[in-house]
Amino acid sequence: MKFGIVTFPGSNCDYDAYRAVVDALGEEAVYLWHKEHDLQGADVVILPGGFSYGDYLRAGAIAALSPIMNEVVQHARRGGPVLGICNGFQIACEAHLLPGALLRNASLKFVCAPITLRVENATTRFTTGYQEGQLITLPIAHGDGRFSADDETLDRLEGEGQVVFRYAPDRLQAEESYNPNGSMRDIAGIVNQEGNVLGMMPHPERAVEPLLGRPDGLALFESLLQRVAA
Amino acid sequence: MSRFRVAVHVVPRRGLLDPQGKAVADALHTLGFRDVAAVHVGRHLVLELDARDAAGARAAAREMCERLLANPVTEDFSIAEVSAE
Repeated sequence: MKFGIVTFPGSNCDYDAYRAVVDALGEEAVYLWHKEHDLQGADVVILPGGFSYGDYLRAGAIAALSPIMNEVVQHARRGGPVLGICNGFQIACEAHLLPGALLRNASLKFVCAPITLRVENATTRFTTGYQEGQLITLPIAHGDGRFSADDETLDRLEGEGQVVFRYAPDRLQAEESYNPNGSMRDIAGIVNQEGNVLGMMPHPERAVEPLLGRPDGLALFESLLQRVAA
Repeated sequence: MSRFRVAVHVVPRRGLLDPQGKAVADALHTLGFRDVAAVHVGRHLVLELDARDAAGARAAAREMCERLLANPVTEDFSIAEVSAE
């Protein structure tokens, strides 16, 4: 399977995503420069983390208008998988691939830490390698991760099973401090209605090798591999 | 066509948590401005653009706000001022 990893000016997790795909998953990956108009036959598109365009105007707002986003949106409309991580989630929202928006963390602080997530939907093509309700640990590193949408949208996301990951307390955390950014309804990751676009603030691509801590992100890539290859 | 300056205000939607506004309000309280009930921190943009008339400049700025300058999910905008250069 071929992964296309988009590099925007200011992306800084494109190499992490490349390593996750090539070294941990053993699949092919290509970098796609944001000014190109060719996905180079990628089966899966990754919008990586970083600070595209310096977060000018709003995080992801300008990258969403990059030339290659035309092709990414078409790929998504054809049902092709798109994985937006961190800044990639922000870009996917700004490109209207996903509902809602990511706002400044409620604490006003950049938060870089491993956090606990609960897998809310293990039937998406990104999450079949997990169990529903499973608690996993992934790193986060963001200043603008507070997912926000109107109540109607939030109800629909929950009703349709589009909330895929939620921040959750583990045994060591106090009840009130597990949500790192004030995200509405503790949402950490969502899919679109068709289930082929996943946006998430935590970084699965940084948690794929035991050497770097719990490799809880690897199952996400393995899920994609099984589902798309099948 | 003539050149116009259009000032645009973009602010967080009322009712949404605005931690930056709250931090500024807290700082103002610290300085003794106890009458400040709330602060909303947004963006002020000045567009210099060519249009047939002021109404045209305003309409163009409105479309820019709807499509890029403001996020319709979380922000409200207003055209604060249109002036000929």
